[in-house]
Amino acid sequence: MSKFVFLIPLLPLIGFLINGLGRNLLSRTAVVLIGCGTLISSFILSAILFKEILSKGIATGVITYFDFINTAGLDIKFAFQVDQLSVLFLLIINGIGSLIHIYSAAYMHDETVPHYARYFAYLNLFVFSMLLLVLGANFVVMFIGWEGVGLCSYLLIGFWFKNANYNNAAKKAFVMNRIGDLGFLLAIFWMLSQFGTVAYLDLFPKASSAPVTVLTGITMLLFIGAMGKSAQIPLYTWLPDAMAGPTPVSALIHAATMVTAGIYMIARSNVLYSLAPISQNVVAIIGISTALLAATIALKQNDIKKILAYSTVSQLGLMFLALGVGAYGAGVFHVMTHAFFKALLFLGAGSVIHAMHHEQDITKMGGLKKLLPITHITFLIGCLAISGIPPFAGFFSKDEILIAALEKNPIYYMLGILTSLMTAFYMFRLYFLTFAGEFRGTAKQRDHLHESPAAMTWPLRILALFSIVGGLIGIPSVLLNDSNWLATYLSPVISAHENEHPYVHLSHGAELALMIGLVVVIAGVIYSAMKRYAQATVVLESNDEGVSKFLSNKWYVDELYNAIIVKPINFTTSFLSRIVDNKIIDGLVNGIGRALQYSSRQLRLLQSGQVGSYVLIMVISIIIFFIFQLFWKF
Amino acid sequence: MPINYYILLSVALFSIGIVGVLTRRNAIIIFMCIEIMLNAVNVLLVAFSKMHHLRAFVADRATTVGTDAQLFVFFIMVVAAAEVTVGLAIIVMLYRNIHSVDINFLNRLKH
Repeated sequence: MSKFVFLIPLLPLIGFLINGLGRNLLSRTAVVLIGCGTLISSFILSAILFKEILSKGIATGVITYFDFINTAGLDIKFAFQVDQLSVLFLLIINGIGSLIHIYSAAYMHDETVPHYARYFAYLNLFVFSMLLLVLGANFVVMFIGWEGVGLCSYLLIGFWFKNANYNNAAKKAFVMNRIGDLGFLLAIFWMLSQFGTVAYLDLFPKASSAPVTVLTGITMLLFIGAMGKSAQIPLYTWLPDAMAGPTPVSALIHAATMVTAGIYMIARSNVLYSLAPISQNVVAIIGISTALLAATIALKQNDIKKILAYSTVSQLGLMFLALGVGAYGAGVFHVMTHAFFKALLFLGAGSVIHAMHHEQDITKMGGLKKLLPITHITFLIGCLAISGIPPFAGFFSKDEILIAALEKNPIYYMLGILTSLMTAFYMFRLYFLTFAGEFRGTAKQRDHLHESPAAMTWPLRILALFSIVGGLIGIPSVLLNDSNWLATYLSPVISAHENEHPYVHLSHGAELALMIGLVVVIAGVIYSAMKRYAQATVVLESNDEGVSKFLSNKWYVDELYNAIIVKPINFTTSFLSRIVDNKIIDGLVNGIGRALQYSSRQLRLLQSGQVGSYVLIMVISIIIFFIFQLFWKF
Repeated sequence: MPINYYILLSVALFSIGIVGVLTRRNAIIIFMCIEIMLNAVNVLLVAFSKMHHLRAFVADRATTVGTDAQLFVFFIMVVAAAEVTVGLAIIVMLYRNIHSVDINFLNRLKH
């Protein structure tokens, strides 16, 4: 099987090429077949690979294809690394990617065929880049995928490129990502100069030989890269704006591709992070601050996709908290469960938006329960999963993160709990405002309401199923001994370094009590959200004063960035353009030209056409030569 | 006779030629002035040639030093004669075309 690993990323690439180049020739059916078919085949291949890894029938390791960069002292191979971590990500990316492709086939049906094909081509390229990122056996191959993911997010966020706002959102995402990419690139250079290699298997054993300061520097730079991709403070503002793209794209960005890249990268380089405690603390602090900040913002948003976007930022923060406290397995676990329920929520939101004729304001929804039964049930499952109600998937992964945080530092735990409570509140605010109560939209929207076609509801059902059972692969030992399958599965790649930290181990009883207490409190929060929003006929909340104004304006972070970064840059560039370029450089060039023109106009007068004047000039010149000859001392 | 007189004569002739070329408008007169300048140079060449030859002749009667300059004079006269034929032909053509030999009418090359 390992012979065919290259097919896994290659198939989406082929799909991209066919759909992208043939977008004016192919029919709609062909586009869907190629777009979904390549990805589903790729998923089947990954599933086979996964099965072989499980049965240990395949040796995990590096498969080298060709020399990518090979010069003196620098040998970078184009190689794929097949191990537990990368195959797990392959499954997530291909599985959820396939569902989103199928869903998109129905969701994007209003587009004309060339745009439809373009959309699928971009989706396939997106998945291809992400697969390359995950499969790469060294940081350079990972970086290729990393850049490809950034490019595709730009293309897809700006998919409706005729809208200037959407284009701006796309540019914002791209620029923010570039800032992070610079950090990643510097980290790669530093690793090359320090270790002389970027291949994981060569580099990680050498890591402990490097001084801690160097490792801290490298890991901090890597984390800057992760900040950009995975939307952490201070580079998170692009993700909520990325809602400009079609809704399935948001699902893809938030669940399967893109934002999980940062988590994957840090989980992959866990050896380095374990050796650099300062970086770990920074990761944890940034993670928990992002989680809190985004959760508070999400409390006051009214756009269905914005709420989900901020909840993604918040959940990513929790994942980084897990990585920061050394619980890499828990972080990866949460990536997986989050991929299930966040894809579910986004696709559900897409279904709602589809039914509502592109209305995204939840204050104008309500009472959709009866009209969209499948969407309603699956969305409810998604909300329960993200809120951490057992036995849904989110409960297990979030609990694992929180316990790991508690063992590291109780403050992280408290803030994590606070985030979870807020998550439960805003998710159920969203749920009740959308599905409960009376319909608050226009009569025209009401007549249009309908359940989405099967191509959209089946992905929802499948994702709902996984959101229910997905957590069972990581049941904590408190509930059932030796049942954390995921931790065992990932142990060859990750856990060897986790135990180095002196954890304060809780007794099982205390852990269980905390767990039950948390679930009870979350249930209480959900109940209060229900009392407040379930029967709201008209939303009376005003967001015009005090804290709520502050929160609904997203802490004014965009305004702050505008004031301290965008405006000064704009000012400097306009100064450079108006003064330095227009006046000085253009002045110099034009000045030379004008001087030549002027002097030649004057010189032209000498050529009068009068023979006499020519002769006079000749004579004068000869006399001047004579004078020179006589008086010039050589 | 001192060489100075020849030089002065030659300078005077040459200056007359230059002034003539610069001030006159009649093409034939300008032509004559050019001839005067050529002949001024000829005079000078012959004078210097004779001077050098005399100096060498005192030491050695069979010497040919200095005589080559006089050969140049013949060359110049031949070239001048050829130039005159061409020049006069141009002037004739000029007269046929514009019915004048005034060089100030000859400014059409400018355009």
